[in-house]
Amino acid sequence: MAQTIFAPWDDPEEKPLIEFVNVTKRFGDFTAIDNLSQQIYAREFFALLGPSGCGKTTMMRMLAGFETPTEGKILLGGQDIGAIPPNKRSVNMMFQSYALFPHLSIWENIAFGLKREGKDKEFIQARVDEMLRLTRLEAFARRKPHQISGGQRQRVALARSLAKAPKLLLLDEPLGALDKKLREETQFELMDIQESTGTTFVIVTHDQEEAMTVASRVAVMDHGKIIQVATPQNIYEAPNSVYVADFIGDVNLIKGQAKARDIVEGDDTSGGLELHWGEGHAPLVAANGDTALAGKEVVLALRPEKMSISKEHPAAANALKGKVIDIGYLGNISTYHVELDNGTMVKAQIANTRRVSRRQITWEDEVWLSFSATAAIVLEG
Amino acid sequence: MRRFTLISVPYIWLLALFLIPFVIVFKIALSDAAIARPPYLPLLEFSEGWAGIKAFFSELDFENFVWLTEDDLYWKAYLSSLKIALVSTLFTLLIGYPIAYGMARAPNEWRPTLLMLMILPFWTSFLIRVYAWMGILSTEGLLNQLLMGLGLITEPLMILNTNVAVYIGIVYTYLPFLVLPVYAALEKLDDSLLEAAEDLGCSRFSAFWLVTVPLSRSGILAGCFLVFIPVLGEFVIPSLLGGSGTLMIGKVLFEEFFSNRDWPVASAVAVILLLILIVPIVLFQMNQQKQQEAGK
Repeated sequence: MAQTIFAPWDDPEEKPLIEFVNVTKRFGDFTAIDNLSQQIYAREFFALLGPSGCGKTTMMRMLAGFETPTEGKILLGGQDIGAIPPNKRSVNMMFQSYALFPHLSIWENIAFGLKREGKDKEFIQARVDEMLRLTRLEAFARRKPHQISGGQRQRVALARSLAKAPKLLLLDEPLGALDKKLREETQFELMDIQESTGTTFVIVTHDQEEAMTVASRVAVMDHGKIIQVATPQNIYEAPNSVYVADFIGDVNLIKGQAKARDIVEGDDTSGGLELHWGEGHAPLVAANGDTALAGKEVVLALRPEKMSISKEHPAAANALKGKVIDIGYLGNISTYHVELDNGTMVKAQIANTRRVSRRQITWEDEVWLSFSATAAIVLEG
Repeated sequence: MRRFTLISVPYIWLLALFLIPFVIVFKIALSDAAIARPPYLPLLEFSEGWAGIKAFFSELDFENFVWLTEDDLYWKAYLSSLKIALVSTLFTLLIGYPIAYGMARAPNEWRPTLLMLMILPFWTSFLIRVYAWMGILSTEGLLNQLLMGLGLITEPLMILNTNVAVYIGIVYTYLPFLVLPVYAALEKLDDSLLEAAEDLGCSRFSAFWLVTVPLSRSGILAGCFLVFIPVLGEFVIPSLLGGSGTLMIGKVLFEEFFSNRDWPVASAVAVILLLILIVPIVLFQMNQQKQQEAGK
């Protein structure tokens, strides 16, 4: 059976659930959102990622109805929701502080939205029980929010926002208050719940790992604009700008002049670009470089884990000679900080397949860093 | 030992300033009025030794407390005080809550100023402020002049020396006692709770009833008790602003003491008033304790 890949954004027939149409939001002189257009599809897990002040929270608050766009409009299922107050939207939000009602029990917190809808007692009871089961909180129904742990509170907040079965669930830094281990577990729980309920999730986060783990698509934002929207793999492997490459994960950036390479029939490492980056250095090869950039000042972006380190000159498309200045030991991997001849610092990440005591490369060693012809990405400088 | 010393300080304080005066008042309540100085009998005579002490105790009785039940002036005064205290607490709440709410919702930079304005009247004498109300409320007073000047009334309103003036005076005087605890409770309220309530389908108004009011409950209770307890024994406001028809136990107490010079009956009135006050005071303490525990 062929597995269908979930990618409604590639399907021109698909109608988006949410559509931002030239939305601008200003607070006084400050432009929080700058003429932004974006489509989000049903059942997506859409992550808004960016540094603080980039406008991601404003975007979410506009979806919830706490802010209205200064210009442009937001469509939910084809309907302009600009004038609809938060309590009339089938959008629910999970707050960063969880915002659980301290005077109500867990059960009453989850039932709060359902009671406002005027549902009958049996329905509310059944729905709250279902939510408690979904978030594994059955044992805590009678407790007050201050009597449970942070992780449990997070799940109550999630259960409460899901109870009304909204078309769209907004999550504002939902895991920010949890410790690392719990956060990782909860990320997978969130994905499971998103999948089993079929709700569209929009998550705001500044934690790129979190965004990469949970999201079907990630939008990287800066200064009120979306810089790139793509699947986590594409965001990481094919960033469209130096900003995105630098924001997501670790990256080495090497500046230079691009030149087109000849295409050799039958050699898939031919063609593309080569980067002339310093007197007396062999040009670096990027076979996947866009030849449209030939002749321009460019930046070669290279992920540290795509590099190898060795004491002898390697037989690779690209090799750089340098000296080990520092080694960051992280347990599973080590990061080698290597200074090249011209003073450029380059990071290489190598898996620690051997015990540290048997490591062959140490401080002050002369080493060769190498990477394949397709490892690097050439970006406009 | 150190712990004992520490605990003993407040206990000695209570003993000296509360228990001993109370015992003295209670003893006077059990005595008989007399034309003498002090105006009651018996007095404790240590010079006569054991016999004197025995004679002293044999002359104490509950006659005055019985008298309080026989003359309907007293229980009517207690009831009337309760009614006035309840009604004025309610009015203070109705006026004070919106003020506190407005202060808590005001922009951050405004709040210290607003708090200051609330506390400012305390810096002038309470008596002068009550006298000022006499000037406002009297038949030739500012209020009547204004209303007649505007042509709203032709005859001056009789406000001074009625219960209405007493209510106005009490609400005015005790407003800060209610506003401050309510403000303290409302200020702590997290805005995201209201947003969450709206997000879950509440209108602004129902979010107020379902979230803001329950979460300021302890502040409301504290404020109400801080108004109700002193108003129950209030004497100055009813005697200055009230009329002959204003019956309050504080006024009765004053008259028994200074006009009738019947110290034993006055003391009995005071002891009963204290017993009545214990109920709201205990409730107030319980509320404060609960609030403290919730804060932890």
